[in-house]
Amino acid sequence: MTAPTIEVALAGRRGGFALEASFTAPGQGVTAVFGPSGCGKTTVLRCIAGLERLEGTCRVTGETWQDETTFRPPHRRPVGYVFQEASLFAHLSVEGNLLYGVRGRVPADAAVRFDDVVELLGLSPLLMRAPHNLSGGERQRVAIGRALLSQPRLLLMDEPLSALDRATKDEILPFLERLHLSLSLPVLYVTHDMREVERLADHLVLMRAGRVIAAGPLAALQSDPALPLVTARDAAVGLDAVVTHLDPAYGLATLAVDGGVFIVPAGAGTMVGERRRLRIAAGDVSLAREPPGPSTILNVLEARIRAVEAGDNEVTAVLGLGHDGAGARILARITRRSFERLELSEGMAVHAQIKSVALAPGVRR
Amino acid sequence: MSEEIWTAVRLTLQLAAVTTLVLLVIGTPLAWWLARSRRWWAEVVAAIVALPIVLPPTVLGFYLLVALGPSGPGGLVAGLWGARTLAFTFEGLVIGSVVYSMPFVVQPIRNAFAAMGERPLEVAATLRASPARAFWTVAVPLARPGFLTGAVLGFAHTVGEFGVVLMIGGNIPGETKVLSVAIYDYVEALQWREANMLAAGMVAFAFLVILAVTLIDRRVGRMRE
Repeated sequence: MTAPTIEVALAGRRGGFALEASFTAPGQGVTAVFGPSGCGKTTVLRCIAGLERLEGTCRVTGETWQDETTFRPPHRRPVGYVFQEASLFAHLSVEGNLLYGVRGRVPADAAVRFDDVVELLGLSPLLMRAPHNLSGGERQRVAIGRALLSQPRLLLMDEPLSALDRATKDEILPFLERLHLSLSLPVLYVTHDMREVERLADHLVLMRAGRVIAAGPLAALQSDPALPLVTARDAAVGLDAVVTHLDPAYGLATLAVDGGVFIVPAGAGTMVGERRRLRIAAGDVSLAREPPGPSTILNVLEARIRAVEAGDNEVTAVLGLGHDGAGARILARITRRSFERLELSEGMAVHAQIKSVALAPGVRR
Repeated sequence: MSEEIWTAVRLTLQLAAVTTLVLLVIGTPLAWWLARSRRWWAEVVAAIVALPIVLPPTVLGFYLLVALGPSGPGGLVAGLWGARTLAFTFEGLVIGSVVYSMPFVVQPIRNAFAAMGERPLEVAATLRASPARAFWTVAVPLARPGFLTGAVLGFAHTVGEFGVVLMIGGNIPGETKVLSVAIYDYVEALQWREANMLAAGMVAFAFLVILAVTLIDRRVGRMRE
């Protein structure tokens, strides 16, 4: 057997709209299915759950859920599904909702235990309440817990935050991050919000108009000049880094990525050896041909221009970190005027000055 | 009150109870199918079920009489235990009442099933509930107000039926002589006091039924908030 994966290949029509989605996702971690509204993301997720049917195949961690001869009905697929609206059962209490998918005795070695879920999602004060007395964020937390307690082998989340306001999203995101860290469950996460992708996802499936245009590790797709992410207005790259040094006197941490190190304000509790995610926005990176003189900018890294995407007045350069440019990739958004004045071109060695580097809050495995 | 009146009251309540029970048993799967089927002929079936609302009871009663009589299917069924006809029997009245009150039970239940939408059942399926378990543990509890309204209306409507009973049941004390027929008889016989007693009882009963349905509806409104 090869490494457990999720293999999906679906094709068909949905109301005058052709959908053809095939991709492979790893059998662990969070894979974001990202694309604009109406591109077929939700349909793909519903087909994986068996709630809708298109022709094709669907295999999840070694089990065939659908192929030419098989179509498992939804209740025979070990998925957890979190809908956009929490969709709690109005006639059951929070506890009743959580326990609906728990049949019989929970084995002692179950991957997800009731107490753990209640603890992880902060549900203990809500257990006896009725769903209509909960806030939107609380409802969605209950829905997530309910899906987890059915002991799924694959968690499907369909824009679980998009019906919530900004503040409620920020309330739930940390729960999702903790979830990701404490469970080895693979997650397919549908969203049209790049911010959620950057915070949660390891892998990305990129969809446009009913088709999968790319699938792969997040950072690789974010810096692939052939894909539209590079030229998006808020283009950024998420890099997985390791904390190598702490400077408590200045409250700074040194993080190593492939081909360079970054110095970043360290939050309380940051520890040497932790894996953290850095977010580097293309608009925060400027380029110099010579090593710049003394500057307040902490992060100046050697890099090479690997590719250039020219827009009307702006140029987005894909940089490979390190003297030879073989390290991790980041993006730099500069004006076309600067690009021409500095006579920049592909393959050239440059110094990337990074005005700000955001350290994502969650520790990563 | 005379023994005669009590017999009529008992018979009426018995007929309404049996009819309501039968209607819940056959009306629930019918309402479920009507709420979820996307086929055009589901509406044809719905229209047939709704016919008793607009048809004069005498028209309905006439066809029921033919169907229950010796040369109709009712006669065949009655033949199983050696009788000639289902007309003018309690069983015949139950069959007639079921047809007559069907829309009042099926429509509230159908509406309740339709109002909850597909989502709760999808959620149940993704939580590993078989379609049968989803029906009993999600659809039925969520449609409970529809069942209550349907049962109350079906019961009340059966209590109040007159034309159909007269057509297929006649006037046999203890067998087919229900309240509404009894009132008619008392008036015919100029026994105004008895007629008034029964009529006033019916007014009070109707008022309580309408009040009950309104209160149920209000509760549903609160639940859906």
